[in-house]
Amino acid sequence: MAEEMKPGLFEKGGKLYWLHSSIDAFDTFLRVPGTVTAKGAHVRDGIDLKRVMIMVVIALVPAALFGMYNVGLQTSTVYGLDWGFWHMFWYGLLRMLPLFVVSYAVGLAIEFASAQIRGEEVNEGYLVTGFLIPLIVPVDVPLWMVALAVAFSVLFVKEVFGGTGMNIWNPALVARAFLFFSYPSSMSGSAVWVSKTWVPALKGVDAISSATPLAIAHDGAFDAATGAVGQYSFMDMFYGFIPGSTGETSVIAILIGAFILVWTGVASWKIMVSSLAGGLLVGWLGQLAGATVVPCYYQLVMGGFLFGSVFMATDPVTAAQTETGKWIYGFLVGALAVVVRLWNPGYMEGMMLAILLMNTMAPLIDHCVVSAHTSRRAKKAITA
Amino acid sequence: MSNNLDLKKGLNIPVKGVAAPEVIKTVVPDIVAVKPTDFKGLVPRLLVKEGDAVKAGSPVMADKQRPEILFTSPVSGTVCGIVRGQKRKLLAVLVKASEKQEYIDFGTKAPATAADTKQLLLNTGLWGALIQRPYGTMAQPDTTPKAIFVSSFNTAPLAADVDFTLRESLDDIQAGVNALAKIAPVHISICKEKAASTPFHRVETATLHEVSGPHPAGNVGVQISHIAPIQKGELVWTISPLHLAALGHVIKTGKLDLTRKVAVTGPAAAKTGYVVALPGTPVKDLTQVEGDLRVVGGDVLTGENIGAEGYLGFFNDQITILKEGREREWFGWAKPIRPKVHSSSWCYFSWLTPKKEYAMDTNLHGGPRAFVETKCFEDVTPMDIFPIYLIKACLAGDIEKMEKFGIYEVLPEDLALCDYVDPSKNDIQAIIQKGIDLMIKEMA
Repeated sequence: MAEEMKPGLFEKGGKLYWLHSSIDAFDTFLRVPGTVTAKGAHVRDGIDLKRVMIMVVIALVPAALFGMYNVGLQTSTVYGLDWGFWHMFWYGLLRMLPLFVVSYAVGLAIEFASAQIRGEEVNEGYLVTGFLIPLIVPVDVPLWMVALAVAFSVLFVKEVFGGTGMNIWNPALVARAFLFFSYPSSMSGSAVWVSKTWVPALKGVDAISSATPLAIAHDGAFDAATGAVGQYSFMDMFYGFIPGSTGETSVIAILIGAFILVWTGVASWKIMVSSLAGGLLVGWLGQLAGATVVPCYYQLVMGGFLFGSVFMATDPVTAAQTETGKWIYGFLVGALAVVVRLWNPGYMEGMMLAILLMNTMAPLIDHCVVSAHTSRRAKKAITA
Repeated sequence: MSNNLDLKKGLNIPVKGVAAPEVIKTVVPDIVAVKPTDFKGLVPRLLVKEGDAVKAGSPVMADKQRPEILFTSPVSGTVCGIVRGQKRKLLAVLVKASEKQEYIDFGTKAPATAADTKQLLLNTGLWGALIQRPYGTMAQPDTTPKAIFVSSFNTAPLAADVDFTLRESLDDIQAGVNALAKIAPVHISICKEKAASTPFHRVETATLHEVSGPHPAGNVGVQISHIAPIQKGELVWTISPLHLAALGHVIKTGKLDLTRKVAVTGPAAAKTGYVVALPGTPVKDLTQVEGDLRVVGGDVLTGENIGAEGYLGFFNDQITILKEGREREWFGWAKPIRPKVHSSSWCYFSWLTPKKEYAMDTNLHGGPRAFVETKCFEDVTPMDIFPIYLIKACLAGDIEKMEKFGIYEVLPEDLALCDYVDPSKNDIQAIIQKGIDLMIKEMA
């Protein structure tokens, strides 16, 4: 169908030329463009950004599916509803679907409009951002807030810099930060993590507060004998049967995603590994310094640490670009996140701010790495 | 003396259509073209007019700024056409070959000094074969390089096998090396795996380097950057083994004979193999081309689209025939498996079939985007540079940064693989060339 519409009308000089970016986007979504190489190498690799981005989305699917199940599970457990597996999953699916719809609708609308204005093809970057945002917010966050956050983030963090590939900060994280600072009552505290809207039986029932393990650990409720944080054991946190943002709870689901990302080479394993190392080190130092009683490896399974390390810190656009820089960048992300967790009385989740801060610092890290390299080259030249 | 250089980074693109080492045809010259467009930085001045008789080795044009640089006809015959393009730009001088070939006699005295060698190169029209680095332009006769580099093997996709094409030319190569060694020390890199079988192994009066690794290990620029990186103010010359042998042949026989074995390759080639022909031979004499095909003079990464009506270039010992990839594949990017498309990225499943060769076409496989994934550039660039920073410096036209990031060490061909692997489909070679052009303009 796209082909029938294409000639004339949407070409330069055509009546609907102003729509050509959108038409191209749909057209090339369906079929690989028939463009042939004009300059440079005559044959090209089969890889394109669509494929790269869809790989990230595929890697996110396990976390999203588990998140849907866990939404139902938490509601059922906390309110004593005794749902079955499919009921839980179905409830979670229904709750999360509107988030995805709003995230994609608002984000893509702005992406298409901006591409149109710039006269470029629509970039695929938002395929990932739009999928990430529903996974890093509490499930009951009002949809209009999500819409507002997405609009702010796509416009002011991405498009004003020139679109995907030009942005300094991770747009999904900025959307979350926007919500976090603008509407803290919907984004933090202990009442937001378990969904109760849309359950008819719970109409009029007061929300039961259900703190995340991270918050419980922050208050020092750690049982050294059983290794449990509040009512949650280590394995609960590892499997993901805990309250939290929808995509971040299951370590297993995230590790499946990490495996896909590292295998395909889309995300840097160096950033993931060094981020974990940074988190562990600071968690251990915190233990020694008495800032926390929780063992350091708990930092990796609580809250959004792992999700951030695997999916957010590794964004190739906003992370460090040099290989040495990636080690430094990842390490600092992990270390800073745990520093915020342990030595900050205000809020306990440091991952978001750590990544955003390191996004800001990434060009500086690269600059240092590249400068060191060029001066080494220059020295070699003198001695040679 | 032998030095080792083991390169790890790079990529051998598995294109179908390699030429088996056998001669399938010998072209008797009919019309032969001399193309000034083969030489970078040349503004030609025509020395002949239609109807003039020429011999093999007679000058047909010269460099306007440096008239001592001559370009000669590879055949004897009559000038039968002057092809001009827009703004009367000279595109080709066509020579109709006579039945009996006559040669200009350049004498058989081996050059004794650097000046002798230079004079011989200028007179025979082989000067144009000397490439000067940085910038990859034609060498300047009044300069002296710190060294002359020859890469005796080519790792580019489907490249002609130099061991086969120059198998009988050891004496010529040695004579050529002896002559060039009068100007500057000669370095020859040979392929480690074939070190024992290549004729270059026995060359004397040159420093030999054994090199191994995937493409672009055979690129002379990559080798130079490891052996003796070019610094600001330094000059290095390079010459292809083909022209080295041609120079030696002139010294030994007094005749300019540019006849070469040309590899006819590519997935769309009617018949692959080697064709004996002169530079400037029409494509249609080399092979049959029918349908929506692209004829590339050279390899798929760096070659020029010469078209079915074009002529073999001065530097080419290979042509590659490809299908134009105008077909549009439904959901190409989303399909789990695309058996006909190669990808070096592990986002597809080409890694399952590492030995498979692909009938590649010229489809871009995507649309142009901003840079997103950049590690792929480093993975295919075995040089001590940060490709993405150099590319961005070229885009920005920042001379100082280009210098810092290594513009003196690269030519577009050294980063040609970046073109191939880039998921954002940027034309990296064009960007680098633009940077180099700016350097030439600003640093002149």
